[in-house]
Amino acid sequence: ARYRTVDEDFFEDLEEILISADVGVTTVMEMIDELEMEVKRRNIKDTRQVREVISEKLVEIYYGDDDSEEMEELNINHDGLSIVLFVGVNGVGKTTTIGKLAHQLKSEGKNVMLAAGDTFRAGAIEQLDAWGERVGVNVVKHSAGSDPAAVIFDAIQAAKSRNADVLLCDTAGRLQNKVNLMNELAKVKRVIEREVPTAPHEVLLVLDATTGQNAMSQAKTFSEATAVSGIVLTKLDGTAKGGIVLAIRNELEIPVKLVGLGEKVTDLQQFDAHAFVYGLFADMVEAHDEEKEQ
Amino acid sequence: MAFEGLADRLQNTIQRIKGKGKVTEQDVKEMTREVRLALLEADVNFKVVKDFVKRVKERAIGQEVMESLTPGQQVIKVVKEELTDLMGGDESKIAVAKRPPTVIMMVGLQGAGKTTTTGKLANHLRKKHNRKPLLVAADVYRPAAINQLQTLGKQLDLPVYAKGTDADPVDIANEAIAEAKENHNDYVIIDTAGRLHVDSDLMGELQQIKENVQPDEIFLVVDAMTGQDAVNVAESFDEQLEVSGVVLTKLDGDTRGGAALSIKAVTGKPIKFAGMGEKLDQLEAFHPERMASRILGM
Ligand SMILES: Nc1nc2c(ncn2[C@@H]2O[C@H](COP(=O)(O)OP(=O)(O)OP(=O)(O)O)[C@@H](O)[C@H]2O)c(=O)[nH]1
Ligand SMILES: Nc1nc2c(ncn2[C@@H]2O[C@H](COP(=O)(O)OP(=O)(O)OP(=O)(O)O)[C@@H](O)[C@H]2O)c(=O)[nH]1
Ligand SMILES: [K+]
Ligand SMILES: [Mg+2]
Ligand SMILES: [Mg+2]
Repeated sequence: ARYRTVDEDFFEDLEEILISADVGVTTVMEMIDELEMEVKRRNIKDTRQVREVISEKLVEIYYGDDDSEEMEELNINHDGLSIVLFVGVNGVGKTTTIGKLAHQLKSEGKNVMLAAGDTFRAGAIEQLDAWGERVGVNVVKHSAGSDPAAVIFDAIQAAKSRNADVLLCDTAGRLQNKVNLMNELAKVKRVIEREVPTAPHEVLLVLDATTGQNAMSQAKTFSEATAVSGIVLTKLDGTAKGGIVLAIRNELEIPVKLVGLGEKVTDLQQFDAHAFVYGLFADMVEAHDEEKEQ
Repeated sequence: MAFEGLADRLQNTIQRIKGKGKVTEQDVKEMTREVRLALLEADVNFKVVKDFVKRVKERAIGQEVMESLTPGQQVIKVVKEELTDLMGGDESKIAVAKRPPTVIMMVGLQGAGKTTTTGKLANHLRKKHNRKPLLVAADVYRPAAINQLQTLGKQLDLPVYAKGTDADPVDIANEAIAEAKENHNDYVIIDTAGRLHVDSDLMGELQQIKENVQPDEIFLVVDAMTGQDAVNVAESFDEQLEVSGVVLTKLDGDTRGGAALSIKAVTGKPIKFAGMGEKLDQLEAFHPERMASRILGM
């Protein structure tokens, strides 16, 4: 076996595997330092034991000072209309996630409506419309090029008059350094706040797990513009690990609420921090176990 | 965690080393440590960084630097040269088939920017090279993907070949080529559905399209914000399809874009174009030198 004991090679490989999972070099180096101390303190020699400590440490980074491991549930289970605003950079999976979530909520018996707030990208309205049809929920839409805030306004009125339980609002993808587009998003949020004083009940930032360190900048800037309440981490069905959400949760206290695991309507799951952090270094563990068996 | 501090940190080291009349091994070590951090925080792949730093170290403690009159500046030059070298020269050329039409296939992960880039390339070919491209809607999976390409075609006033979502992408591609010949379109750009490099069924579909249409170019479209996984993606697409070039999208954002370096390092394929926005005229030639500065935050 490669690491019979927890030695320097072991830590070097751990550093490599965590950096490769996009955890971020600073976070990884700090974590390894602490881990090395902990291993010494507890006199841990066996790699199996150290795995638990690694998991503990990573979960610790995720939750930070906040040890209230809160249930990361969506804030939509109350009487009256709940409004969820989806935001994020281009192509991360906002529209698809709305389709999947609409399906999930509908099968829970909720009356769901969608708002086609992306009036900019070619085919965006048709894409959301196709999801609405697939799932069997109504979509409020205007024509391409119209004002997104006006679409959202109309959708809220329609949702109110039809006694909808949840309104899921799509928005156009935008890079966080485009000031005008971020202002446009803030305006959309203000319309929601004005029409339903307790709303939006969630502002979900959709992050693509393939994204590297730029996700931190996305989280910061979208939070400034729209007070993001949770993250949807998509495309975890690939080989990317999305490790940057550790630092985002730690630094900005934004929890991951949902994960996307494919393009099908059922490929949406609740986030599980423990399973997630294990996934960050599982390859290393499995490689090790395989070698041992041989 | 933040990038801001990093550029400063690197600047400091560079500043320190720049003024020196003599550069010691310790200086080089310190500098390469900072460069390593800068590259990792810019999302350059871990293994690529390792090799890169090794090479810079060797050159920096070699004669070229030690015997120079301005060793500090020489070290910086080495870093930038190596970085620029790795990313290759300006190569925004597109192949021309001996017998038209020239066929280009766009491939990549979901949401990378293939459909948008298909529109941009068509626009580029017409405007800069006076060509008559045909766009092909071979994504039958993503909801409204065909509609998206047709909308772009309308905006550009260029023809789009589509057969609906029940058709087989391989047939669509074949028939599009025939259509292009008939209508004297000298370029055919095939927009394919996004897929994971590990999805063997869908990768097989691309291989089949490739065998059938014998493309002159296969462009791998990559999101510039991609993290460490960029090497897996690029290596795998290249192994299965032998891509001919890379288009890096969303470079109008504030990402450092280390994926560019990683992809070039593992595939050796040139990065030909950079997507600089959502609009159809926002496609630029790729400039390795500018990219090098960006990755290092200089
Ligand atoms: N493999 C995989 N693909 C996904 C997932 N979520 C979304 N996608 C795909 O990613 C691509 C982009 O998804 P969209 O929902 O259009 O993303 P968006 O954020 O709405 O994009 P814009 O509106 O253009 O900014 C599509 O091809 C989706 O099918 C996921 O969890 N896994
Ligand atoms: N800011 C910016 N956005 C871009 C660029 N290229 C593409 N986009 C946007 O990225 C998103 C995804 O682009 P698409 O062209 O739909 O990507 P795709 O690879 O065809 O996606 P799938 O077909 O779902 O796999 C859209 O919102 C585009 O407008 C670019 O260079 N800059
Ligand atoms: K992406
Ligand atoms: Mg969308
Ligand atoms: Mg597409």
